[in-house]
Amino acid sequence: MIYAVIAAGGIGSRMGNLEKPKQYLTLKNKPIIAHTVEKFYVNSYFEKIIILCPDQWVSHTKSILKKHLPENDRVVVLQGGSTRNETIMNAIKYIEETDGLDDDTIIVTHDAVRPFVTARIIEENIEAALKYGATDTVVPATDTIVESQNKTTISNIPDRSKLYQGQTPQAFKAKLLKDLYYSLTEEEKDILTDACKIFSMKGYDVHLIEGEVHNIKITYPYDLRVAMALLEDEKK
Amino acid sequence: MLNTVYRLTQPRKFEIAFDDIDIFSGDIIVKPTHLSICNADQRYFQGTRDPKVLAQKLPMALIHEAVGKVIYSPDPEFKPGDMVVMIPNTPTEEDEIIAENYLRSSKFRASGFDGFMQEYVSIRADRLVKLPDGINPEVAAFTEIVSVSVHAISRFNRIAHSRRDVIGVWGDGNLSYMTCIFLKKFFPDSKIYVFGVIPKKLSDFTFVDETFLTNDIPEGMKIDHAFECVGGNGCQPAISQIIDYINPEGTISILGVSEYPVPINTRMMLEKGLRMFGSSRSGREDFVKTVDMYKEYPDIVEYLSHMVSVVKPVRNIKDMIEAFDLDTKKAFGKTIMKWEK
Repeated sequence: MIYAVIAAGGIGSRMGNLEKPKQYLTLKNKPIIAHTVEKFYVNSYFEKIIILCPDQWVSHTKSILKKHLPENDRVVVLQGGSTRNETIMNAIKYIEETDGLDDDTIIVTHDAVRPFVTARIIEENIEAALKYGATDTVVPATDTIVESQNKTTISNIPDRSKLYQGQTPQAFKAKLLKDLYYSLTEEEKDILTDACKIFSMKGYDVHLIEGEVHNIKITYPYDLRVAMALLEDEKK
Repeated sequence: MLNTVYRLTQPRKFEIAFDDIDIFSGDIIVKPTHLSICNADQRYFQGTRDPKVLAQKLPMALIHEAVGKVIYSPDPEFKPGDMVVMIPNTPTEEDEIIAENYLRSSKFRASGFDGFMQEYVSIRADRLVKLPDGINPEVAAFTEIVSVSVHAISRFNRIAHSRRDVIGVWGDGNLSYMTCIFLKKFFPDSKIYVFGVIPKKLSDFTFVDETFLTNDIPEGMKIDHAFECVGGNGCQPAISQIIDYINPEGTISILGVSEYPVPINTRMMLEKGLRMFGSSRSGREDFVKTVDMYKEYPDIVEYLSHMVSVVKPVRNIKDMIEAFDLDTKKAFGKTIMKWEK
């Protein structure tokens, strides 16, 4: 079975002085999170769409989704964890307790603030996760990436042709992800920035899926302006 | 739901736009899988339409010939995974006399509103026809143009008198090829003669009774009825020749599109008491008939598969431009975009 796991963990601290976390801001008359969930909801491959958000936003998220997705029996809202990976583990725990986990249970994890994800990206993540076990959606890096060890001078400029910018979704065989995560030491867990790293640390291949430049993450007020501009109807 | 739409904003330039699909509107959501390029799309892409028309219609997503997979359906008649052909004509009223494709109030995809170059298409259930399992999607992609032939033949069947010993078809291109395949099925007892100008193209019409070069028509040639599938500048000599060779009271079905008014030998038309009628586009009934005939006669799909000239996987805008450019280089057949969006 295949599950969508939508991480809505952000508390909006990077979004200027706004009161709400960014996933609840309105884009084209609808909260961003509702746009994102719809993208998964229309796909019947997904057994359930599991949304994880901070504890104090669970009721608000449920209300929003009830309003915008009135027939939402496949939508579940849960409390997230202290880190992104703990959040994903909460989703896996829920799946295990409700439907059970097997070797082919796939989770497609996605940022709630990336509503422009496309059908192709989602489908290719699922297909590749079933085949290879883990996927990451990327686009080739356009800016030169500079490394600095001391925050003052350049220590390295990696070859840009080998660099990609990570997007989401990422998809995984859920049971394998869980087993690998709980085999890590606390020190190893501390340096994890995302779930793909668990696979690469443990020597597993993570398959790359071609993303889209427009699959933007709405993090800063600037991004919201860009998203609004993308949705302007040039026909009017 | 946010949906990616690939609109032509000016000749040779596609741009990404987004619209918001209401998934609870009652429409079916279809993911296009195979799109077929038509000359009408190509005229927008190349900018050969009147600049005023271009300014009025663009930006607009092109393509009105496409099949896809049902993703989401509130209608029990369709379920996720069903392969469907999408009908571009979209009527806004019903009329007991005038067919939906002739109602001036009807809208047409990639002409009056966005065509199928989209991530998802939100479409009314009555604008979908389910395809049989296992059908070649590259052929099914151009069902729309096939259904235009079926529409014209169905009308011919109602209009033309019953002596149909010999039916002549002028033209050696795609439209003629499709029309002939279906004429043989509709009227198995009639002789189908094809009149063209390129011997190599005529040699592909293996299923008809005879083919002739228009500059070498045998003396004494007589036909009961005719289909004009030439269009463009070739319209006038074709219609002129048809009027010369057709028997009195014959019916001429005009299918070729011409940008300019065409002079017609009305004296002889009157003397022979001929009937002439035009057909354009098609409606739901024609799509259903076409798909039923695919099921009944699998050799139709086999013959139509010879028309698949190029299959171009399309993942980005560069691929879209390449597909349209490839389409201009083909001598015959259809360019199919395998739509991976």
